[in-house]
Amino acid sequence: MDILTSLMGGFLVALEPLNLGLAVLGVVVGLFVGAMPGLGSVNGVAILLPFTFVIQSMTGSATSPMIFLAAIYYGAMYGGAISSITLGIPGASTAVATTFDGRPLALKGQADRALVTAAVASFIGGTIANVLFTAFAPPLASVALKFGDPEIFALMLLAFATFVGLGGDDIPKTIFSICIGLVLATVGFDIVSGEPRLIFFDITGFSHGVRFLVLAIGVYGIGEMIWTVNSSRYGSTMSEVNVSFSRVLASIRKFHEAWKGTLIGSFLGFFVGILPAAGATPGSLMSYGVAKMTSRNPEEYGKGSVDGIAAPEAANNAASTGAMLPMMTLGIPGSPTTAVLLAGMVIWGLQPGPLLFTTQPDFVWPLIGSFYVSNIVALLVNLAFIPLFLWMLRMPFTILAPLIFVLSLVGTFAAYQNMFDVWLMVLVGIAAFFLRLLDYPLAPAVLAIVLGPIAEPKLRQSLLFSDGDFSIFFTRPIAGPITIIAIILILLPMFRLIRRKIRGNITT
Amino acid sequence: MRKAEIVTAIVLAILSLYFMWKSGEPPAWNPDAGRFANVGIIDGEGPGSGFWPFCLSFVMFLSCCWIMVNWFRGTSAPSQSTEPFLDAYGRKMLLLVGGGLLGFLVMIEIAGFYGAIFLFMIYYMYVLGRHSVVQTLSIATALPVISFFFFDVAMRIVLPKGYMEPLFIPLYDIFL
Amino acid sequence: MSIRKRTLFTMIGAAVLAAVSLPTSVAAFEPTKPIDFVIMAGKGGGADKMARLMQSIIEQEDLSARPVVPTNKPGGSGAEALVHLNGASDPDHTIMVTLNSFFTTPLRQPGLDVDIMEFAPVGRMAEDTFLLWVHKDEGVSSFDEFLAVAKERGDGWVMGGTGKNSEDNIITDFLNSNYGLSIKYIPYAGGGEVAKQLVGQQITSSVNNPSEALGFFESGDLIPLVAFTDERLPMFPDVPTLKESGGDFSYFMQRAVVGAPGMSDEAATYYSDLFTKVYESDAWQEYKSSKSLMGDFMAGDDLKAYWDTQRARHEDILKASGAIN
Repeated sequence: MDILTSLMGGFLVALEPLNLGLAVLGVVVGLFVGAMPGLGSVNGVAILLPFTFVIQSMTGSATSPMIFLAAIYYGAMYGGAISSITLGIPGASTAVATTFDGRPLALKGQADRALVTAAVASFIGGTIANVLFTAFAPPLASVALKFGDPEIFALMLLAFATFVGLGGDDIPKTIFSICIGLVLATVGFDIVSGEPRLIFFDITGFSHGVRFLVLAIGVYGIGEMIWTVNSSRYGSTMSEVNVSFSRVLASIRKFHEAWKGTLIGSFLGFFVGILPAAGATPGSLMSYGVAKMTSRNPEEYGKGSVDGIAAPEAANNAASTGAMLPMMTLGIPGSPTTAVLLAGMVIWGLQPGPLLFTTQPDFVWPLIGSFYVSNIVALLVNLAFIPLFLWMLRMPFTILAPLIFVLSLVGTFAAYQNMFDVWLMVLVGIAAFFLRLLDYPLAPAVLAIVLGPIAEPKLRQSLLFSDGDFSIFFTRPIAGPITIIAIILILLPMFRLIRRKIRGNITT
Repeated sequence: MRKAEIVTAIVLAILSLYFMWKSGEPPAWNPDAGRFANVGIIDGEGPGSGFWPFCLSFVMFLSCCWIMVNWFRGTSAPSQSTEPFLDAYGRKMLLLVGGGLLGFLVMIEIAGFYGAIFLFMIYYMYVLGRHSVVQTLSIATALPVISFFFFDVAMRIVLPKGYMEPLFIPLYDIFL
Repeated sequence: MSIRKRTLFTMIGAAVLAAVSLPTSVAAFEPTKPIDFVIMAGKGGGADKMARLMQSIIEQEDLSARPVVPTNKPGGSGAEALVHLNGASDPDHTIMVTLNSFFTTPLRQPGLDVDIMEFAPVGRMAEDTFLLWVHKDEGVSSFDEFLAVAKERGDGWVMGGTGKNSEDNIITDFLNSNYGLSIKYIPYAGGGEVAKQLVGQQITSSVNNPSEALGFFESGDLIPLVAFTDERLPMFPDVPTLKESGGDFSYFMQRAVVGAPGMSDEAATYYSDLFTKVYESDAWQEYKSSKSLMGDFMAGDDLKAYWDTQRARHEDILKASGAIN
């Protein structure tokens, strides 16, 4: 009961005109920043941080600035799906999985349905996560602390495992793709040994590593676009889409077809999101993998399945709420964006930490209230803007293609502010085009470069603990079961393959 | 396509070998450490810094060999295909689009992002896309202007201006 | 790239503009474009928080004619940021917030070709302090008890830190070699993550800045045992310094702003004045005392002399631990 009264009080503050206005403004800003390839919630939040100092000196409390920044965070999570679906470029690592099915569905002429599914799934994911957050924040925080290095590594292994089936039919090419992604993830400074690694041709530009967006924008923005230009020959537009509000409404009515993916994404995304170091990306990837594994018709995944859009989108929103949990209850960032939010709290004069809930209820509860409000606002704003984003798809291809190239280059620069990364991105893109022609699946490489940098240090930190003994991953109570499940999932496709071979031999 | 498949596999195999060589490189401050000293499992510490890159590059190399085997046996789709890797249209397209992108990059170094976007849009829309002059110029002008307000002014992400920098100083004066 | 040519162009542009718009200002430097404010660390870390606070103060008090634009360049333990400053196309508009990797990274990676004495000494904003922290359930409440328990457990005692050869690794090496301990050191991605590992009891001790552990200190989860400072910290009056316990060792983290190599003297003076104002602002002073930061403002030749001694000290430390030769 106590929680409900506090939450009610929080709602009242969150719905004050100023706070509501800031939530709307934040969501709109976040939506556009998130929709821009290369920029994500981190950029939006970091850039507007000084502005919140002004809001704070106007209102005298830290609540309004925080509501504003949290709204940007939510808006950007919705926005990430937009570039994944309409342009085929994952704007941030959290939206990678959305391209797998969002893009094919858009190319089938159902971009409106893809966007609506993403928006509604995001809303449901966010709201379920908010309810879980409100009800169970303190006990979940202690669960999050139980996750040490071996546990996080086991979880990353599980995330990989759910993706074993993602590659193409060509097994050696899929293995090659996974491995090159993992190798590129190790380029640059190694925190465990303190040494730079794999500085190719001794170019200093590699000392900061091959970054995720360099590979993702290169593969999807440049490589895939050149491939489309090549295969569409003299085709004029990407896809035929009719823009009308009634179609949006019709898509909303058809949303129930994606309920399963949404639920998987909401719960899985939230629980992975609360674990520090994991963040929204592994959550959305795992949700996609699990939704596909448990689906009755997994062959539809990758060809425009609505469940395949709903699962990662519900998950990345649920995970962004989840990442707020260690931030609010412990003062520990669960994602890069929450790290900046924490910096903001310090600037506004709050001391984040375990005592925040007891010493600052006037800050905590309106903020939680605003999570619910921002989610509703984000859904409405997003649906209202869908016709605008669809209009982009109707542009003649000779305008859209250069626009995507420009966005790819500008977005890569904006993300890292480094010309070396822009050059590397274009070269990766051209190489990706050739590999695409030869049926090399590249999605596994992109996934590997997302998960690799989390997994490798965790693996080595764990082995430092155990003096190099691998049994640490099997003997710890949480890590053990996760590792075993992951290994079974990795081996399962091989067993199936062998069984199929044996059967094939018998029948012939 | 058949030739391209084997050539690519060989190139990637060489790349894998280079990665393996590079993984074992000793740190810059200590060249005496010896190559490949860091790729083993260090006693009591687990894998050294070069262990994973080395092993994974080795797996890359093995999978390239597997691809070559499939090529000899003709079991993979590209190794059976008799279609050309890139037909005349494809080669021309790659030269025009890929060349355009590289030109774009070079122009960024000289004329900055905004000048380069302007020129690239003209090139792509007018030369490749055969759009009208009016349409080309209006989009080619609007895009850098919108970008300037979005990145430099709103997002405070200062894009490189190359030699056009002095032209922007009055704009900074007004908008920043 | 021909840097000289580009600066020439900029100078011509600036000269033309100055002639047109501001005929009176001749010698004094004023920024004409947004100032590239590089942060040598990732978003959300200690250095990032400070840089964003400085930026907020500059914006709020309207101290600069052009905005200061923070950009994070965390790659390669500061290597990315150092290389960026070294090759800055416009050194008069490029400044950076540094930590101690400013000293160690050029020593560890000679290939970067960075000489820190070429950087312009804009201002040292503070020196961050380090304390030794343990979890309350460890049953250790003083430095002597810590020594006894850590000796008994050998390499079962685990110290978390922020990367090989970083500040906390240097302190751990000192403890190991001077007190006959064999503490195991495990590197993590940042101070916040180290504090989290300690609260979750994945590790047994840490060397955190007060700002990273303060929330857990207030809640009673973490206990400070000893401060690596010269005098007791006002915020932790009951925590002795290592010097009181007989060890001759203190260690600080510099929080300084530097200008790119090649910055003109006029520009360096301008930024020194700017950051003096930031330093003197109430917001900064309040942050400094609430996060237990020490050190007075320092600029110009004083700061350069400070760098020189710090670099020599780090060189000795790294040599002693075998991290360089």
